[in-house]
Amino acid sequence: MLKNSFILLLLAFTAGFAMQGQAGDSLLPEIPEAQARFSEAQGCVEPTAEMRKNHMDYILHQRDETMYEGIRTRQYSLNECINCHVSDAEDAPRVSSEEHFCNSCHSYAAVKVDCFQCHADRPVKTSDNQSFSTTGKPALQIIDSLHALETEGTVHE
Amino acid sequence: MSEESGIDVYRRRFLSGSATAAAGMAVVPGVFLHEIGHAKPAADPVTSEVRWGMLIDTNKCAEGCNDCVTACNDEHGLTGHDRPETDAQWIRKVKLKDKQTGHTQTLPLLCQHCEHPPCVDVCPTGASFKRDDGIVLVDKHICIGCRYCMMACPYKARSFIHETLQDQLPHAPRGKGTVESCTFCVHRVDNDGTPACVEACSAENHNAMVFGDLNDPSSEISKGLKQHSTHQIRADLQLNTGVRYRGI
Repeated sequence: MLKNSFILLLLAFTAGFAMQGQAGDSLLPEIPEAQARFSEAQGCVEPTAEMRKNHMDYILHQRDETMYEGIRTRQYSLNECINCHVSDAEDAPRVSSEEHFCNSCHSYAAVKVDCFQCHADRPVKTSDNQSFSTTGKPALQIIDSLHALETEGTVHE
Repeated sequence: MSEESGIDVYRRRFLSGSATAAAGMAVVPGVFLHEIGHAKPAADPVTSEVRWGMLIDTNKCAEGCNDCVTACNDEHGLTGHDRPETDAQWIRKVKLKDKQTGHTQTLPLLCQHCEHPPCVDVCPTGASFKRDDGIVLVDKHICIGCRYCMMACPYKARSFIHETLQDQLPHAPRGKGTVESCTFCVHRVDNDGTPACVEACSAENHNAMVFGDLNDPSSEISKGLKQHSTHQIRADLQLNTGVRYRGI
């Protein structure tokens, strides 16, 4: 009995909450657009549904390969995620804001993201003498070169 | 005496030797990795065919010049709080003075990237590790900040981050509660570059620092080591450092 009334109460509350929301004021997170597409067929480096569910596995796998083995392919690199998904404008939202790509979803799902205690949460332009760096280039160019890697068959799976 | 205090290098060589032998079986016969050279494709892992090292000529190191330190700080976004005892420092200038003659010389001191790194020995979580190409790093994802490695390092090369950081650089992730030290600018080295300190030293025309592959007999550093008498700092510890000094 008590359980039933609780469910009813919950339903009433949810309904009231939903009614409050006006058109366009969805409860779902507003995820910022990426700056480029990986290919004609798909937006991200893997199909969106796959990335939504398993992005952390790709990043974690790449993390260890990069650190221990010096493998620096860019398809699943956290830096490249940020380069494409976060604007390099001065006033671009930081990870503490819900307008930041990562935090838009993470705050909605109430999952703490601690990558950015250490890692950069936005693209950083580096000086020209650092030719090794991939940051500072337009995102589209980065995606293009990813394709080059892919066609050469050197993209690390 | 050496048996009592020294590291059992023989045992180490035996153990690491058998591991390498086992790993070597996987390489296709007839393929010699060192012939491929240093231009490593991004998708290929580093190998022990290469061992990165540095040769520092203290005679060329100018007193009062701090360019290597500045370059390192800029490269990795090391900012301090004006507290020299706890501020992060990956490379520092050390001044040596012969009390008898008054002769002074300076040298840059950084992580020596030992073959047998004590920091790796003492790390309780395995965060301190040596890459196959000899670069000693900290996996900050599993570093618990116990600072055993800082105590173990004979060169005081490591720093602990005490404060919450912001605006770290993409190639140099750093965070509160972890230990860090010179990485030989691993992000540059993996892209065929040289460390920022070496670049700064050359830019100033001092050329006191040479970076290269110790395993490659034709590299500038190997030639330098063959030609001149060089020293490891605290050679008595038998750590086989990757950083060698000339003129001390």
